[in-house]
Amino acid sequence: MSFAFYVVAALTLAGGLAAVLLKNLVHCALALTVAFAGLALLFLQLDAQFVGFAQILVYIGAVAILVVFAILLTRASETPKSSEIFSRTWLAGLALAAAVFAVMGWAVLQAAPGLPHVIAAPTVTVQEIGAALMGRYVLPLEIVALLLTAALIGAVIVAMHEKEGAR
Amino acid sequence: MLEKADQIFVLLLHWLVGFLPAGWQHGAGVVLCVATIVLLYPALFAIAVLLERKGLGRMQNRYGPNRVGLFGILQPVADGIKSLTKEDIVPYKADALVHFMAPLVLVVAVFMGFAVMPMGRNMVLVDMDASLLFFFAMGASTELSIFMAGWSSRNKYSLLGAMRAMAQMISYEVPLLLSSVVIVMMTGSLSLVKIVEAQNHYSWGLPHWYVFTPWGFAGFVMFVIASMAETNRSPFDLPEGESEIVAGYFTEYSGFKFALFFLGEYVGMFGISGLGATLFLGGWSAPFAFLSWVPSWIWFFAKVMAWICFFIWVRGTLPRLRQDQLMNFAWKFVLPMTLVNLMVAALWRFMGEGLLRWVVCSAIVVVVYAVMGRVEMRRGRLGPRSYRYAE
Repeated sequence: MSFAFYVVAALTLAGGLAAVLLKNLVHCALALTVAFAGLALLFLQLDAQFVGFAQILVYIGAVAILVVFAILLTRASETPKSSEIFSRTWLAGLALAAAVFAVMGWAVLQAAPGLPHVIAAPTVTVQEIGAALMGRYVLPLEIVALLLTAALIGAVIVAMHEKEGAR
Repeated sequence: MLEKADQIFVLLLHWLVGFLPAGWQHGAGVVLCVATIVLLYPALFAIAVLLERKGLGRMQNRYGPNRVGLFGILQPVADGIKSLTKEDIVPYKADALVHFMAPLVLVVAVFMGFAVMPMGRNMVLVDMDASLLFFFAMGASTELSIFMAGWSSRNKYSLLGAMRAMAQMISYEVPLLLSSVVIVMMTGSLSLVKIVEAQNHYSWGLPHWYVFTPWGFAGFVMFVIASMAETNRSPFDLPEGESEIVAGYFTEYSGFKFALFFLGEYVGMFGISGLGATLFLGGWSAPFAFLSWVPSWIWFFAKVMAWICFFIWVRGTLPRLRQDQLMNFAWKFVLPMTLVNLMVAALWRFMGEGLLRWVVCSAIVVVVYAVMGRVEMRRGRLGPRSYRYAE
């Protein structure tokens, strides 16, 4: 827990909070990007280069752009009136969020004593990650690939259908 | 003596840092290197802009800038002073903070890429394991800055330009990454330093650059196309097409912020050229074995400048693509070609040494290229535009 960790953690939390609290949707998306960047920095602090850079590449380079595209194409990025901010089910949402947080916190607390006390973080090279993905974890990787391919084909079919209807 | 010329910057750094107490040496060295990178590339930017304006002038049968200094060589200085002294105008309706942040995010992300670029033997700022991934991650962050600029300006041309830029950059990022994956497959490493070292061998005086293999050549061509699209260069300059949408996403920028966008664009070009030279053209290694006495950093910068000259040449030669041509070309031609190229590279790897793999791999690449090109042309994808939403 160094000084840098606290700075990055504060940045990530501030980004996440801003993404929830800001009123302009595009500002929210940009704040979310700050939170993504903070998470990537946290990964890098743990010497997880591959995950950190993949986080930047995928989340900032693609997911944030998609979010922004979706906002621009659907809502024209107008600011909603102040009365509409709170949805009517905010109490249920709050309870659900608290429950999820409690379960996760409980899981982490339960898992912590069972872990061996390792002071130095293990150094894992990108090559080892690649070998593990292609060797031991090849089945999950292939399943994810199949899922993504199905999603891709589905998206293409949705777009094609729309085109036929227009003619 | 030649050894010293090759390592002159490394030795200079060690000599300068030697004046400081031992505890400070590492930090001071890093600061010096960063300062050098941040000063060097804007200087190259000035040279490249002048080269571009003079070269385009040549190609279009006019003089180009020739008033400031001898043959106009001081034009970049005049431009710099002009953009510094101009009024910085922010539109009344603009989102001031985002409008201010956009050029900064662009320039920072673009400069970060040079941290992992080997610019000569032992001349790399950070030699990390996943440096190729780092470069692409930084390149991907520039897209967001373009959106910020386009959206915050509250101008329809800016927004149109930003939407075009993002659609184009996302589409061409896929072939850009996939065409570089071939290199990673062959080298077995994501480290740019190791990729250069793997190419720095000679047989019969000729280098083992990846561009001189069937899969390397195909990857090289697609990398060049994708890099032109990634840097919004002509013929892929739709995001800032002057005849259509004023200046695209930086229409509402003036003064020094405009200069920052301009700088970011050119430094991004240097970055992608340097990466391309590192991946396919052997980085800092010499093109012939008998020329390896020339300092390595000269070769690196010569390759980058040659790449820039090629970009300028293409800009002076080809007309701008249409949006539908751009997308069709990316998704229906370049992307399948890169996927085929991955297969070819795998085949090359497992066929072992010999003449056979040259014949087989070249044949596959050429046949797939010819067949796909024919099919695309026959289907009329490159023909007249069909309007989808404006019927």
